[in-house]
Amino acid sequence: MTTLATKDVDPTASGGGAVGLHPVRRRHRRRLTGPLAPWLFLAPALLIFLLFKYIPMAEGIRLSLFNVRPFLGDLWVGLDNYVTVLTDERFQSALGRTLVLAFGQTAGAMVLGFALALLLEGSARSLWFVRSAVFLPVVAATAVVGEIWRLLYFPADEGFLNSVLSWFGIGAQPFLDSPDTALWSVMGVGVWKGAPYDMVIILAGLAGIDRQLYESSAIDGATTLQRLRHVTLPALRPVITILLTLAAIRGLRVFTEVYVLTGGGPAGSTDVWMTRVFSLGFERNELGVASAGSVVLFLVTLLLTLLVQYYRRRKEAM
Amino acid sequence: MSAGVARHCDTALGWGPSRVGMVGRAAMCVAALLVFCGPLITVFSGAFDHSPDPTKLSLLPNNPSTINFEVAGERGIWGYLVNSLVIAGGGLLLQVSVSVFAAYALARKKFRAQALVMLAVLTTMMLPEEVIAIPLSLTIGQLGLKGTLLGVILPLGAWGFSIFVMTEFMKEIPAELEEAAKVDGAGELRIFAQIVVPLCRPALGVVAVFGFTMIWDQYLLPLIVATEPADYTLTVALASLRSDDQVGPGVVLAGALLALVPSLLVYLSLQKSFLRGITSGAVKG
Repeated sequence: MTTLATKDVDPTASGGGAVGLHPVRRRHRRRLTGPLAPWLFLAPALLIFLLFKYIPMAEGIRLSLFNVRPFLGDLWVGLDNYVTVLTDERFQSALGRTLVLAFGQTAGAMVLGFALALLLEGSARSLWFVRSAVFLPVVAATAVVGEIWRLLYFPADEGFLNSVLSWFGIGAQPFLDSPDTALWSVMGVGVWKGAPYDMVIILAGLAGIDRQLYESSAIDGATTLQRLRHVTLPALRPVITILLTLAAIRGLRVFTEVYVLTGGGPAGSTDVWMTRVFSLGFERNELGVASAGSVVLFLVTLLLTLLVQYYRRRKEAM
Repeated sequence: MSAGVARHCDTALGWGPSRVGMVGRAAMCVAALLVFCGPLITVFSGAFDHSPDPTKLSLLPNNPSTINFEVAGERGIWGYLVNSLVIAGGGLLLQVSVSVFAAYALARKKFRAQALVMLAVLTTMMLPEEVIAIPLSLTIGQLGLKGTLLGVILPLGAWGFSIFVMTEFMKEIPAELEEAAKVDGAGELRIFAQIVVPLCRPALGVVAVFGFTMIWDQYLLPLIVATEPADYTLTVALASLRSDDQVGPGVVLAGALLALVPSLLVYLSLQKSFLRGITSGAVKG
């Protein structure tokens, strides 16, 4: 083992950049440390990422350029698979539904989460209890939530949700059973599971608002609504914007909820991008086209994430 | 009125102690509880209800019995539970250790390509199982991990999010502590194990509770690793219980309850870590 010291022990050196070549390091010699030490600590993580993230990603890109034929050998088809994905009618309508679902779920969860946060803000112990209980849907596994809601959505008149609706004089709904209502029902589950999460973040934002602003607006005679609009919302805007964009981007990858709740049905009315890819890849064995669909999804989420980061940086720099 | 409003400035809506307001607020809290906890309570009652009928789901079991668990047991539910628990235990242990090691290098060391490694770690967060499902399934097959629990555990063994959280936290530990230990002659591993890791306890809580939730939530990965139903985890097995004509929804709910309880227990016992993780994640992105 070499005894070259690395720079982190040297408080006089400037941070970052090309390290190891600085003459300063010779003053601080250390045992059991070498330029290899950080790599030893990183090795397990990097190995796992390489095996289960990067190699599959590279393999996915490779597959997307071939007509994959098990036992017959793969045929190079160039960008044909991408053309197939982008011109396929079912993929196009799946894209539309994915966007509707992602934005609907994100916006719905945010509005409901905001309402919950306003309702449950405060330091009383009873409010803390309600907050903890309301948060439970977030920790439940998605597949479990899906199974629960399949039963709650039972389409007969006596189904759980339908009996609740009948108390309010609303007729029985088919929910997941009808192509007209299935997508909205899936969205409802997403909102239910997502709202308490947003509530926690908005509560943290609310706690950070200067109370003097509330007091001075009250002295100025502002109503609660005015105060909400002109003091609370502007203070929360940065948090909400970031949350909304990131959640919407994540929403594009929606799979488990849809797969468990409807499997893409009825009549393809809830078929989203990922369920399309899944059924092509695992049920019809069209690995090339399915891989092209995955790569497109990855590129879109990557591009959107980079855009968000770019705007954030620019905002912070201003 | 204006004087009254001025006094209630501790919440955004200015909740006051007026009786009408209190009653209204309490009613809305009850409504919120019913909407968000009601569905989970129906799982408890349905799982213990003798007559498994989806049209009669209620908040309390009509005819209490444990028959659903017995039937679910005949369908192998305990095997699925064991699979889930082994994956959660093994996966979490691996994931947390891998994160702590990686974070130690990223936060406490300076080396070439450090920024590049951090970028590589963060990029993996954009490569969830959904996006790489098909090639991942092929890779797992080539490694001979199909149909094994290890095939689910290993891919979950490193998670960009928890490496990121640990790294951010470790950066805050003052360097003086390490230097003092070095002066006393402590070696690299000793500094790591006896100084840095114990100081990271709050972050360990966050990483553990998020890691557990993430692993327990897995659906697609165990589905593509499995070669036969005996390999399923609880989350995956629920669907096959549902499509089994011989059993009713009560049995599905019994399975759902078994899948629900561990996550509720972990959340309730580590609630503070959970909330801290969410709020700090929101601030830092």
